[in-house]
Amino acid sequence: MSLTDRVLGDRQRLAYIASQAADARLNVELETEGMTLNIGPQHPATHGTLRIIARLDGEQVVWAEPSCGYMHRGYEKLAEVRTYPQVTSLVNRIDWLGSFANEVPFILAAEKLMEVEAPPRAQHIRTILFELSRIANVSLFLGDLGVQMGAITPVFFAFRDREYVLNLIEGATGGRFHPNFDRIGGLKDDLPKGWIAETKAVMKKLRNFCDQIEDLLFGNEIFQSRTRGIGVIPRDIALQYGLSGANLRASGVDWDLRRDHPLPMAWNKADWKVWTHPDGDSFARCWVRLQETRESTRIVDQLLDTIPSGPIMAKVPKIIKVPEGEAWVSTENPLGEMGYYVVSRGELGPFRVKIRSASFNNISVAPWALRGVYVPDIITILASLYFILGDIDR
Amino acid sequence: MSTTSETQPRITSVAEVKATLGDRLVDSFHKDDLWLRVRTDAWKSSMRTLRDTLGFHYFCFLSAIDWMPSPYGRGEDDPTEPPPERDTTIRQGYAGGATRMQVFARVTNPVTHVSVIIKVDVPDDSLAIESIHDVYAGANWHERETHEMFGIGFDGHPDLRNMYLPMDFEGFPLRKDFPLLARMVKPWPGIVDVEPLPGGDGDEGGDE
Repeated sequence: MSLTDRVLGDRQRLAYIASQAADARLNVELETEGMTLNIGPQHPATHGTLRIIARLDGEQVVWAEPSCGYMHRGYEKLAEVRTYPQVTSLVNRIDWLGSFANEVPFILAAEKLMEVEAPPRAQHIRTILFELSRIANVSLFLGDLGVQMGAITPVFFAFRDREYVLNLIEGATGGRFHPNFDRIGGLKDDLPKGWIAETKAVMKKLRNFCDQIEDLLFGNEIFQSRTRGIGVIPRDIALQYGLSGANLRASGVDWDLRRDHPLPMAWNKADWKVWTHPDGDSFARCWVRLQETRESTRIVDQLLDTIPSGPIMAKVPKIIKVPEGEAWVSTENPLGEMGYYVVSRGELGPFRVKIRSASFNNISVAPWALRGVYVPDIITILASLYFILGDIDR
Repeated sequence: MSTTSETQPRITSVAEVKATLGDRLVDSFHKDDLWLRVRTDAWKSSMRTLRDTLGFHYFCFLSAIDWMPSPYGRGEDDPTEPPPERDTTIRQGYAGGATRMQVFARVTNPVTHVSVIIKVDVPDDSLAIESIHDVYAGANWHERETHEMFGIGFDGHPDLRNMYLPMDFEGFPLRKDFPLLARMVKPWPGIVDVEPLPGGDGDEGGDE
């Protein structure tokens, strides 16, 4: 490990030890009888129907656990009785805010087994739509973040500007939320006329939105005092629990699958930066996401200029049978690492699909992260971990 | 502090991984990923070695596969007819296997970005293996999910409550011999659409 790594680790550890010491002091001074607090399943802070059971000692959480299963739809079982092209319409609904991004790793896994690669134009458009889903997804997170802390304005900005992105996705794919646009070997359609110019204008608006959010929220004193030093997740804990995406990068791990994991996509054709933050607290997680949204608009802008010409579909048979084998493909989705382990038996449909969704791992750290925090911090920590219920339960 | 693996192959040290695991390794398979199969009694110690010696600190996922083909096929039988006979011979995938159930996990080295998929046979009689929640804390929930969906026990796991289903739910939904009831009560019309359509664009299947 290098010097920077060790220093960052120490800094996180010190912050954590200091918070624990303060908690211990308080516990000795005020010994109270415990109570159990039930949050949810219907609660604005849970983005859906997640129930959190917290055992409290005074204002402090002694033990907390999320209770999942209010949205379990059994996609792994359903995928076993569907054909490969049909599975994309299922996986669209896992992370419903960035649905196109869910289709891509599954299609890539099927293509890997078939040894087919999408033509360069399709790879480019896939990457652009992938990043647009990320922008649509994370911009809502940035707006929603304010609501969790009582700031109502950002969410209106977020819904306003996300609408532009959804319109673009609708323009290209025909679906605002569930495009179902990705095909084994390429894409369903080419881009419509005028789409590129419009996308560029929207990207400018979205960068403006990021600036507004940064001004409104990230410099706000209340926001800072409620997120800085709260919910610190050190590097080794984040890795052990399999946190991914911005949550992992906010703990100082410089790892982005888009950069570090060669895939037949177009991310390496653009110049962009992977943002990390050394602190690992709630603020760091939100901040990394904000920077990533900006970075995504830059990726889209650059890729729009360099879309190669050519076909959008590779030669694939009319009836898709995937050869026998096993394949794992994961991509850096808006919420983190999303991957599919596909086992094929040479039939029309998969033999087994294991869906590795980001939120399941991201929220599994909650019992650890919520121990010892104060009740209002439950909300900010969960909000900053950012999960989508469909992505936990699948 | 980290290297970009774009120019490097994803597995750089197959021989090193194999040598470190030694006789705990039963079989391995190397294509564009590395599949390892370890002895059942060495499951936890292999994971510990992977984490501590080889630096695979990032826990990606853990799940299981039931290798017995479903006696219900793809759920496309007519429910009014007697069920057809199907071949349910168990045939394992990459890196082989000896049992119907296999647990597999994926771990990554966050510095070199090398990943391995590690499999282990689950004995047919006891249907239980060691829990690795104290090696990778994140395995806790994954083992709970696997226990619920496949009925595989994890010795030493602190809390194998159901995550999704009610506690009195009977059966293990992701086992292949658990029927998908929605397909049992009403025949699936989808099969009609994926039959060859002369001259049509049948490349999508479904009802597009």
